[in-house]
Amino acid sequence: MLNTFVVYVENKPGVLTRVASLFRRRAFNIDSLTVGRTEKPEVSRMTITVDADHDQARRIEANLYKLVNVLLVENITTEPAIVRDLAMIKVAATHGGRSHVLELASVFRARVVDVAPESLIMEITGDEDKIDGLLEVLRPYGILEMVRTGIVAMRRGSKPSSFARAANSTSQAVGGDDVQQSV
Amino acid sequence: MKKTGAQILWECLEREGVTHAFGYPGGAILPAYDALKHSRIHHVLVRHEQGATHMADGYARAGGEVGVAIATSGPGATNMVTGIATAMLDSSPIVCITGQVGSRVIGSDAFQETDITGITLPVTKHNYLVTHVDELARTLREAFYVARSGRPGPVLVDITKDAQQSSCEFDWEAAKPQLPGYRPDLSPAPKEYEQALELIRKSKRPVILLGHGAIESGAMSEVRELAERAGIPVALTLLGLGALPASHRLNLGMMGMHGEAWVNHTIQEADLLIALGMRFDDRVTGNLKTYATNAKKIHVEIDPAEINKNVKVDVALVGDLRAILRVMLPKIEAIDRSEWTHFIDHLRGDSAVRDIQNLPDTGHLYAAHVINDLWRETRGGDVIVVTDVGQHQMWEAQYYKHETPRSLITSGGLGTMGFALPAAIGAKVARPEAEVWVVVGDGGFQMTMAELATLVQEKLKVNIAIINNGFLGMVRQWQEFFYERNYQATPLLNPDFGKIADAYGIRNITVTERAQVVPAVQSARQHDGPVLLDFKVEQEDTVYPMVAAGSALHEMIRRPSPIVETAEDE
Repeated sequence: MLNTFVVYVENKPGVLTRVASLFRRRAFNIDSLTVGRTEKPEVSRMTITVDADHDQARRIEANLYKLVNVLLVENITTEPAIVRDLAMIKVAATHGGRSHVLELASVFRARVVDVAPESLIMEITGDEDKIDGLLEVLRPYGILEMVRTGIVAMRRGSKPSSFARAANSTSQAVGGDDVQQSV
Repeated sequence: MKKTGAQILWECLEREGVTHAFGYPGGAILPAYDALKHSRIHHVLVRHEQGATHMADGYARAGGEVGVAIATSGPGATNMVTGIATAMLDSSPIVCITGQVGSRVIGSDAFQETDITGITLPVTKHNYLVTHVDELARTLREAFYVARSGRPGPVLVDITKDAQQSSCEFDWEAAKPQLPGYRPDLSPAPKEYEQALELIRKSKRPVILLGHGAIESGAMSEVRELAERAGIPVALTLLGLGALPASHRLNLGMMGMHGEAWVNHTIQEADLLIALGMRFDDRVTGNLKTYATNAKKIHVEIDPAEINKNVKVDVALVGDLRAILRVMLPKIEAIDRSEWTHFIDHLRGDSAVRDIQNLPDTGHLYAAHVINDLWRETRGGDVIVVTDVGQHQMWEAQYYKHETPRSLITSGGLGTMGFALPAAIGAKVARPEAEVWVVVGDGGFQMTMAELATLVQEKLKVNIAIINNGFLGMVRQWQEFFYERNYQATPLLNPDFGKIADAYGIRNITVTERAQVVPAVQSARQHDGPVLLDFKVEQEDTVYPMVAAGSALHEMIRRPSPIVETAEDE
């Protein structure tokens, strides 16, 4: 099954390589990986989806924690969460088909962000199924180009991530003579 | 006070307790070497950077302190990779320092530039590229902390030439490690302790599987107390040998591919496996589908990523072995398990009659005899045996009875040929009072024998026993069993090892008969300097028993009974 991990990492050079290398050498297959900044400049946040069974998912989590730059791993697969993918789709739209394409965009709540004589670009945000659905119905008109960001995810509700809670209760300096447990 | 990066490097090493570093200079690390003359650290000049890493590794395994290896950029750094991977697979704490080209030319394919942090990423516990002198002190402190804490392992610090040359204020106290995501100190939940204790209480046929973690954790006496109080026999992994004295009544010996038959049968018959600081490597489990199918499993392990990796366990206690056993011991009940131990003794009796020690002296020299005699001669002393990889390694594990931890140093996980001689040099540097023996095959010895020069230059008393059978013996054995004796590329044309020793001014003795073994060992021990002993043993002898790769642990190829001479003698 597809597992979704939210991974907080130190915002340092090479951390993405370390994470990607881990998945490669342990033969875990990444379905999607996104990385970006967070509310804290020193922390980046990754959303990783991986096809794995329960035991594999636990080992992925444990292996991620072995990376020194990884701060926190949350497997939110079974938790209520908002999961979003963004796609830009360039679709052929000659004057015969244009109105149909625009109708479909409206049904899927996609936004048209560029219009050219023979084509248009629409932008759609949603879960993967919704985007797959739009692609399916656009295909007969001719998809000229398509790009997807991969998914980002966030747990529902007002509870902050356990990372935010951990960060508030932990000293930053860990190690050496004054070793402290960090979580 | 302002210091250069090069000065900061040596001062940080000193403050981390480093007294010896194993290295080889070159362009990108020259600023560091220039500052060496003001340091108290003794630098051991090696002959190949792989040797430096194995020496650091041997130093760490013998003495329990972090070993340090130093090399230049490019080929110097890439030559370290095998030694780093060796330390990684055997959880050995080493810190490797490499020079790197100037930060402004990184990425330009400059002379002797390689992306060593990229190359070593999968074989280090962590690594660093330092491009600015300001980051150096903290990075080095972090490197040592990461290397020695939790599950130990190798850390590489790549330092650009300009970071070594430029200066900054040096403040050790302010350069505290900042590792917010690193948590080496995990401990189990109370419920997990209860579950483990309940399984032990209920078990009628338990066996402890004891690994390297016991030595790394310093849990020898706790393990012994657990085994004695609860009457639980103990099987050891290769790297666990010495964690419980071989002579202890509950010590079964080594398990796995070349473990004694009774040890593997015991595991297969058990109703509970208590794995302590071991990782169910494929060499100890055989076929996983048929592995200890009737046994519940408890796994005490410091690395959470090892849990349920190879063998699915019923209870996992993640944390430091010694700390965990200290919590458990007061709750361990004394239970009479003599029925179980009698059953195991019965298995043991069956194997004893096949022991090669019972073969009468027919004028032939067997490696097992050499190692057994070496053990008889040196037993009771502070002895470290450092082995290479192959048949001799397994014979050493079977016939040298290790009574103390850190008395066997061997490349287990990676199986690195060429490990023995340099690792022994490191071991001797770490424990100069110990008697150090290299036990090495004629194949592996030739991979790193350039380090004989290092041995002589450092005036170290290390004895070298070459188990010389003129073959890459273990590979030949596999060809014999699984490739219809098609001995492709395994016969060796060897140099005269005595003459090689002569060239370095090393005393040497050639031994061809069993009766000469003891006098040769005695003579080597009495000599002041290093001695090389060339034991010309039976060419086509075989390590028994053997669990073929993919076979069940109890399906062993046994030494024929009654014992017969090897093929060549028929």
